[in-house]
Amino acid sequence: MNQLRLAFADLADGLRAWPIWGMLGWQDVRQRYRRSILGPLWLTLSMGVMVGALGYVYGDLFKTPLDDYLPFLTVGFVAWNLISTLVIDSCTAFIGATGYIRQLRLPVSLYLFRLCWRNLIIFFHNALVFVAVALIFKVVPTWQLLWLLPGLAIILYTGFWSGLVLGALCARFRDIPQVVSSLVQVVFFMTPILWKPELLTSRPVFVQENPFFHFVELIRGPMLGNGISLQTWAVTLGCALLGSLVAFFMFARLRRRIAFWV
Amino acid sequence: MAHITVQNVSLDFPLFGAGSRSLKKAIVRIGSGGRVARESNDTVVVKALRDLSFTISHGERVGLVGPNGAGKSTLLRVLSGIFEPGQGTVKLQGRAAALFDPSLGMDMEASGYENIFLRGLLMGLSRDELREKTEEIARFTELGEYLDMPVRAYSSGMLLRLAFAVSTSFVPEILLMDEWIGAGDARFLDKAQERLEGLVRQSGILVLASHSEEIIRRLCNRAFLLEGGRLLASGTPDEVFALYNARGAAD
Repeated sequence: MNQLRLAFADLADGLRAWPIWGMLGWQDVRQRYRRSILGPLWLTLSMGVMVGALGYVYGDLFKTPLDDYLPFLTVGFVAWNLISTLVIDSCTAFIGATGYIRQLRLPVSLYLFRLCWRNLIIFFHNALVFVAVALIFKVVPTWQLLWLLPGLAIILYTGFWSGLVLGALCARFRDIPQVVSSLVQVVFFMTPILWKPELLTSRPVFVQENPFFHFVELIRGPMLGNGISLQTWAVTLGCALLGSLVAFFMFARLRRRIAFWV
Repeated sequence: MAHITVQNVSLDFPLFGAGSRSLKKAIVRIGSGGRVARESNDTVVVKALRDLSFTISHGERVGLVGPNGAGKSTLLRVLSGIFEPGQGTVKLQGRAAALFDPSLGMDMEASGYENIFLRGLLMGLSRDELREKTEEIARFTELGEYLDMPVRAYSSGMLLRLAFAVSTSFVPEILLMDEWIGAGDARFLDKAQERLEGLVRQSGILVLASHSEEIIRRLCNRAFLLEGGRLLASGTPDEVFALYNARGAAD
């Protein structure tokens, strides 16, 4: 009972410490491009080059016209980049903050807020690539674009909770990060990001039953103007709510030990 | 009025060997009933604090005395709230600040001013408090125009001055220190000592762990002798050092 209350207080204090994680998150982003001439556009450019090159090759491979394939690929990539870095970064959320955790009395949830905030900033940098692609291929934005905001909120919420538990477990068992990064790679190829979902006709299970597909759709649907299907809402909200409930109880058990484990 | 109450506090500290850091080995060990990968169980639990009880009232400056591994740093981390004890309760009245590692949280690519802000936030100051204090902190560092330059261009002495100035920029009600800190060249060192002693005088409670008998005798009016995580004695610095030195001689 006491641990539950302390875990809740940790979350509330963490949220309230927004000046700190706001600053640390920006600092994380800035450190990646501080000494380059392009500045923040460096992140955007590397995403642009990747999408451009892949679109050129794979569009031909799948025999899909470029003006259809490239916007699809770009949004998929931007969405996947957000989701996968949320997962991969949470493995080091606590390990990477050892100095802070051992020296300062700060709520541990603060490091997850920092992580989500940082990845949201990077997401908007990467989204500029889509703006360019949309202009070139004349993808006209629709009102569906507004669904992006609740979509992003669900992704960050799920990333926060899974990261809280994953980060703690990774602090205890140091071989988990390698396992996670291999799994993320596998999921990337099995989820319709490079290939369009309708190409997979005989094994639709990898599309409809794949939660990652639905999380990608939270971003891809609004940005391509297709909206978000009822099934996607159900799957992602279900994952978010059920996941956060389980994660909260696990966090309450693990929270105290994080300072010893890092 | 600042006040600290510690009741029956014990803390076990797990030290993991390389094997016990692996999930794979842990699964193999459990799966094989402990016959395989036995080294994955090489976790040692150190009893870092054992059944500590004490109170510290406003105006008391407590020096923690004891050999390496006695639990001095662990006790400070428990008091600051970084480690939560397995048993017992710790109650603090008043805003506490820990001066453990002044240079923590410095961003090498950011300017001196930006670092004042960053470090200040980490110390628990609000944005408004910081805006008020920035000038005073900047003046104390004597770094002048350097403060507009990225910190990576600083010498180590300059870096330490900056860190020191921010860390000591506000008077907490409870001040926790792990070893007395100094900064910079001889002239700045004097200035730093003066500032730190001023901070100690103004704060309600000081808890200082140090190996220096001279510093504890000069600054503290009470001392704890710790050994093996136990509180062996509490008294005036004179009494505690007499006991500590006698024990050292007996060994």
